[in-house]
Amino acid sequence: MPNPKRRHSKARTRSRRAHDFLKQKSMSVCPQCHEPKMPHRVCPKCGYYKGREVIAVKDIL
Amino acid sequence: MRHGMANRKLGRTSAHRAALFRNQLASLIDKERIITTLPKAKELRPQIERLVTLGKNDSLHNRRQAERVVGEDTLIAKLFTTLGPRFNERPGGYTRIIKLGARRGDAAEMAILEFVGYEPKIEEAPAEEKGGGKKAAPKKEAAEETEAAAEAKPKKKAAPKKAASAKKPAKAAAPKKKARTPGTKRGQ
Repeated sequence: MPNPKRRHSKARTRSRRAHDFLKQKSMSVCPQCHEPKMPHRVCPKCGYYKGREVIAVKDIL
Repeated sequence: MRHGMANRKLGRTSAHRAALFRNQLASLIDKERIITTLPKAKELRPQIERLVTLGKNDSLHNRRQAERVVGEDTLIAKLFTTLGPRFNERPGGYTRIIKLGARRGDAAEMAILEFVGYEPKIEEAPAEEKGGGKKAAPKKEAAEETEAAAEAKPKKKAAPKKAASAKKPAKAAAPKKKARTPGTKRGQ
């Protein structure tokens, strides 16, 4: 069976992993309470969506 | 090729799936709003719309067609006497899906499925909420919520510690059951 001839250096491993990172979620701002929220979703802070309160905040898990 | 594969299986056998939809449709007709996962809501929407369309035209045949899906007499009656006439002028699109964001625990995207024109009954300070554009109200409420959450947390932490290790399996089993049928009983 073919095997690696040489050990990978730390630098080689780390350079490969340089691109392994999570991207920041793009958030929108709630027009009701001005908190950041996920776009097209009910605001978890105030429970408003499209100008009306759709759910009591305590019900959002 | 994924030709002709229109619906989600939701990780269930066909009988399990049919039972789930039956339950959720019954809850939706009864409460007019349910909270469930987004994929379930998306599967449910065409089914409830079909039922409401049946409800617009009250005939023996239509009633029997509806009874094939929802078994309860009171719900069938509501479908034909309340919901059908309510949406008589509306050519389809009787329901809306509002996304709620990810659920804590399994990060499943949750959604509200409700009839158009549903008026949510918010328990806390209904007079303030109905006013709408007040800026102070929601912030105040948010602050209260965080306080309430902070108060609730120590209690939750304290409870499991007190509970003997023997109780743990039972506790672990209970949330599992909830997770399996999240949408069925959580309509407001």
